[in-house]
Amino acid sequence: MPVVTFSIDGEQYSATEGENILEIARDHKIHIPTLCFLDGLSTLGACRLCLVEIEGTPKLFPACTTKPTEGMVIRTNTDRLKKYRKMIVEMLASEGNHQCAVCIVNGHCELQDLAYEVGLDHVRFPYLYPDKSLDATHKDFVMDRNRCVLCTRCVRVCHEVEAAHVWDIAGRGINCEIIADMNQPWGTSPSCTSCGKCVRVCPTGALFEKGAAVGEMHKERGFVKFIVNARKKREWVRVAPEDE
Amino acid sequence: MSFLDLDERLVELAGKIDLVYSPLADVKVFPADVDVTLVEGAITNSENEEMARLIRKNSRIVIAFGDCATTGNVTAMRNSVPLADVQKRSYIDLADKNPRIPDDHINLAQLLTTAHPLHEMIKIDAWLHGCPPTADEIWFALTELLEGRMPVLPPQYMKYG
Repeated sequence: MPVVTFSIDGEQYSATEGENILEIARDHKIHIPTLCFLDGLSTLGACRLCLVEIEGTPKLFPACTTKPTEGMVIRTNTDRLKKYRKMIVEMLASEGNHQCAVCIVNGHCELQDLAYEVGLDHVRFPYLYPDKSLDATHKDFVMDRNRCVLCTRCVRVCHEVEAAHVWDIAGRGINCEIIADMNQPWGTSPSCTSCGKCVRVCPTGALFEKGAAVGEMHKERGFVKFIVNARKKREWVRVAPEDE
Repeated sequence: MSFLDLDERLVELAGKIDLVYSPLADVKVFPADVDVTLVEGAITNSENEEMARLIRKNSRIVIAFGDCATTGNVTAMRNSVPLADVQKRSYIDLADKNPRIPDDHINLAQLLTTAHPLHEMIKIDAWLHGCPPTADEIWFALTELLEGRMPVLPPQYMKYG
């Protein structure tokens, strides 16, 4: 397979053509923050946290969906990128109803971790306090749309791995929300297999198991890579928890 | 109360500051010419707002102290519901006796339409997180202030919730 050479943050790298910038950066222990990305699922470039700069164009590119070309000069951590990443987390915070103190994944939440990473001391945008719904009709799980960041991991894992396609996105702009089947209560969904994959991949407390209290729920996200690897490569190797 | 978790560090602190106002101190009026004020809680009613503006006017540095002051937190959970519905639920639907919305009582502060994090109403100089902030986080901020620096939380002290 053809190999391309390029630079990331001033260092020269080469990779097989077809790999995206995020994969390559991770292989070389270069940290790029992500939210919608999850190992094993298709890449989307939706959350914009992994944006990188590429010399020669003023546009910013999501690392997860951009493939390097020969001689490309990529920067992953400039002041401009840091500024935008902080703004993105601020907008996510102001567009939902996120109260960490009473959240089931307090302390195990990817949105919280991102807030710390970007140094979010306060939110400069006005909080919108959208009127979002909570669906507790499923026998085992709850969908609290107040805490949803629309990363669509649940949509993708349900479609791509479980092949049930219960979840979808309805509405536009600020009114976007995750819906079950034909926009009906989750508990009445004929396509849901109750496998719980969506609950485990959700980065926040938007999807959770019934019966756990504040801060009690730990998510397990490495299983997607395990399943996808097993199917595609016939490799039945468990991902160690620290690699998740 | 989390301030008291500073434990023996309170003794060290006492030698370096003059405590001029606090919910625990018997001082009725917020004094003038204050160096630093730590303000906890969101602004939810007219009295909070008046107090916040007085604190800002009389203090050189105002620190938002904890999640409610910084984000609105639990006090802001009512914000996605119209105020009339919130009051009806609290004072009418759930009342054991004498259901009545107390908005016509002259001695009670009026609830604002929404609860506000402090920085939406007054200028804030630095923010502390946590519900409540940890003693180490508070101590970091206080020692920075005593050294004449504005505290900017490093990642290890950032903790929402």
